[in-house]
Amino acid sequence: MRWSKTLNQKKQAARVLVSLAAACLMAWGVYRGEVPVVFGKAVNVCLECIGLG
Amino acid sequence: MSAWNVLDWGKLMRISQEIKRKIIQIAAFGYSNTYLQNFAGGQLYKGKWKQFCNPGMNCYSCPAARLSCPIGAMQAVSGSMNFSVSFYVTGFVLAAGVLFGRAVCGYICPFGLIQELLYKIPSPKKKLWKGFTYVKYALLAFFVLLFPVAVTNELGMGAPAYCEYICPVGTLEGGLPLLATHPELRRTIGALFSVKAFILVLTLAGCIVICRFFCKVMCPLGAIYGILNKISIYHMDVDKEKCISCGKCHAECPMDVDPVKAPNSAECIRCGKCTACCPKEALALRFRFKDFG
Repeated sequence: MRWSKTLNQKKQAARVLVSLAAACLMAWGVYRGEVPVVFGKAVNVCLECIGLG
Repeated sequence: MSAWNVLDWGKLMRISQEIKRKIIQIAAFGYSNTYLQNFAGGQLYKGKWKQFCNPGMNCYSCPAARLSCPIGAMQAVSGSMNFSVSFYVTGFVLAAGVLFGRAVCGYICPFGLIQELLYKIPSPKKKLWKGFTYVKYALLAFFVLLFPVAVTNELGMGAPAYCEYICPVGTLEGGLPLLATHPELRRTIGALFSVKAFILVLTLAGCIVICRFFCKVMCPLGAIYGILNKISIYHMDVDKEKCISCGKCHAECPMDVDPVKAPNSAECIRCGKCTACCPKEALALRFRFKDFG
């Protein structure tokens, strides 16, 4: 029972940590200008993606 | 209540759960692929939505695609001149994963719906050897994370290796429609396209015989969500006091998971078939920060 409780607490801590990390990573990625790179790749035909690159 | 009523109620629960899931899958597929008219001219949607990633697998070179593919975008950024890792896409995938886990595969992924439709084609059906499910982790590590950064040209740019050498989703959704409408692209077909076409044929054949073959063996996005399935906020709880170990849930599972032994298995796509067939309601899928018990 105690083991199960500790495991649950660890899971909850992991949820909080990963959620925070995800938010920080996204914000940092947007701040340093990754979005235009994604956009530029996505709006042009990606020859590699379709097997011609 | 008679035994017949119990059986009918159970069957009704399964059907209604499956219909709800199919409606969500079709809606997500439609939203991800809004620009069907682009198939005729073979051009891509170039609007602002392409800045955002689709939580599921949907090639951004598909003429109908509204959003970017997260695996393609991750490699595009890490293979670019200025960046060696994509924080934006990694953060997005982590956020989707910690919230939903592999429910993204079961409910939102456009290629997941395609695979389920392929599996409906009448043919002998087989189970997959469990060892093959680890292939997707190797594909994620080497083709998505390592090669775009480690193998670069003189300008420091890396190729999106998974898209280039493996991805059957790109060949199906992007390659074939664009080749059909662009004669100039057809003239550039070489050995690489033959390899990718062969992988596509193998994948489609695999999906007809084995339920969600691509998800189980080849999907790097599924590998990430699978790892996050262990801690995702949308998760499965088992009430071991109610469970009578009848094995119905294991028999019903399309991903070959035993939900009682491993309710948050990396392979579970949260389709809900096990929760709907459980005669004791011992299994529950919940959006809850705390686990049961």
